[in-house]
Amino acid sequence: MTELLYLGAAVLFIFGLKQLSSPRTARRGNMLASIGMLIAVVVTLANMENIGWGPIIAGLLVGGGVGAALALRVKMTSMPELVAAFNGFGGVASALVALAEIERTSSVFDTETGVVVALSLGIGSITFSGSFVAFGKLNGSLPGRPILLPAGQVINAILAIAMIATAVWAISAEEALAYWIVVGIALVLGVLAVIPIGGADMPVVISLLNSFSGVAAAMAGFVISNSALIIGGALVGAAGFILTVLMGEAMNRTIANVLFSGFGATTAGPVSTGDKPVKSATPDDVAIALAYAENVFVVPGYGLAVAQAQHAVRELATELEAKGVTVSYAIHPVAGRMPGHMNVLLAEADVPYDQLLDLDQSNPRFPQTDVVLVIGANDVVNPSARDDATSPIYGMPILEVDLATTVVVVKRSLSPGFAGIDNPLFYQDGTMMLFSDGKAAVESVIAALGNV
Amino acid sequence: MSEVFISGIVVFVLAAFVGLEVISKVPPTLHTPLMSGANAISGITIVGAVIAAGAGEGTFAIVLGFLAVTAATINVVGGFLVTDRMLEMFKKKPGKSQ
Repeated sequence: MTELLYLGAAVLFIFGLKQLSSPRTARRGNMLASIGMLIAVVVTLANMENIGWGPIIAGLLVGGGVGAALALRVKMTSMPELVAAFNGFGGVASALVALAEIERTSSVFDTETGVVVALSLGIGSITFSGSFVAFGKLNGSLPGRPILLPAGQVINAILAIAMIATAVWAISAEEALAYWIVVGIALVLGVLAVIPIGGADMPVVISLLNSFSGVAAAMAGFVISNSALIIGGALVGAAGFILTVLMGEAMNRTIANVLFSGFGATTAGPVSTGDKPVKSATPDDVAIALAYAENVFVVPGYGLAVAQAQHAVRELATELEAKGVTVSYAIHPVAGRMPGHMNVLLAEADVPYDQLLDLDQSNPRFPQTDVVLVIGANDVVNPSARDDATSPIYGMPILEVDLATTVVVVKRSLSPGFAGIDNPLFYQDGTMMLFSDGKAAVESVIAALGNV
Repeated sequence: MSEVFISGIVVFVLAAFVGLEVISKVPPTLHTPLMSGANAISGITIVGAVIAAGAGEGTFAIVLGFLAVTAATINVVGGFLVTDRMLEMFKKKPGKSQ
């Protein structure tokens, strides 16, 4: 009976994932998956005999309280790092399940159980430390830029080999200490693997670590012979992997590229801002351009998320619409700090869903667009990705805003974006630069609109 | 290799294929919520944590079990709630907010 109920929970997970992939059903999908989880937990509790309730109840209460508080309080702009942190907790939980099993059995396992114990420990611990490095990079407590260690790849390879060798020792000698050493090496490896990766690539890394935490859960399932863990873990492991590939595709990057290239560090060559003329604009200039346009595209980027300018942008759009201007938003797949993050932020500010256009919908419209307002975006509107075969971002899909009549770029300075390369868009004839923080800029334009 | 272990491998491989198939053509809008939701599902390890915590004998095993349950519950509860918050925002229709 237990097994059948676990199967029911797994079916709910599958439907949940399926429905999460489509905008109309996504919320229901999440609900279904959470019901599946509830069933799995209740069935497990109902089935246990001679147990100590204390640690279970305490853990559920503490974990539930902390999880709910974090989830309900987080600002939508800092949601990506919260997902990274949650993922880290999932990874460490799987490792702890394996450690508890080592403690319970005094590390006497048959070979195959020893292997899955070592895998839960290794993968779970890498997920834990890697996720928290990603968390630190996203919330700014660690530098977002890639930190490259000399011979970093070699060190990682040596650590990986050492971890496997220690695991072999642990299994053959039935030695608990050796299993703990596996945990230690895996924790270091997780840190060293993520630290050289730039902040812009963190979404892909978190997605990959999410896949890892699924695999770790499945391995823990083998350790305690539990089908719910094996099914749920395998599902997330595979689905998370596909999602990682999809995200990489949206950024025109392969996973290997993200993990091993130290993106941003290698391309930070001489940025020749040189003496090229830049047209600097005042909020009044921008307000006039916007007020007399027929149609306006807003291109929001990372800078908008950082400045929390989504509500101000929404207000500006309302003002413009009152003047008869058509306003749409062009959302690059990787705008914000995670794919889809920008949509969440704009939805939070009550921007109508049908005004959000994706890359394929926006690009054909730019040539007929009067004004494009680029707020805190850079690499995703860099025409070099289309025109300059020598550019490091060549081939990355971009929003072709340079084809519009007028482009207004709101940006704090001429500094390059994550890719560390110059943007010819800033120097073209139809471009005006408004140097300011995203939110302050939008607010001053709104004020100036009142006088137009 | 034991019978149980082998059937576990069978289940693992089949479930992995379901996972590969169930995700396809996801609009970028939903990448983040989907990742967050999948992350909450990976908290299924909570089941293992509960079993480990209940079976624990000796202080150290009990502490490990308690920590496992706590970490997994943070993942599950936080993960589903934050996903719901993200998706709730898409729900708002333009007419409602005005």
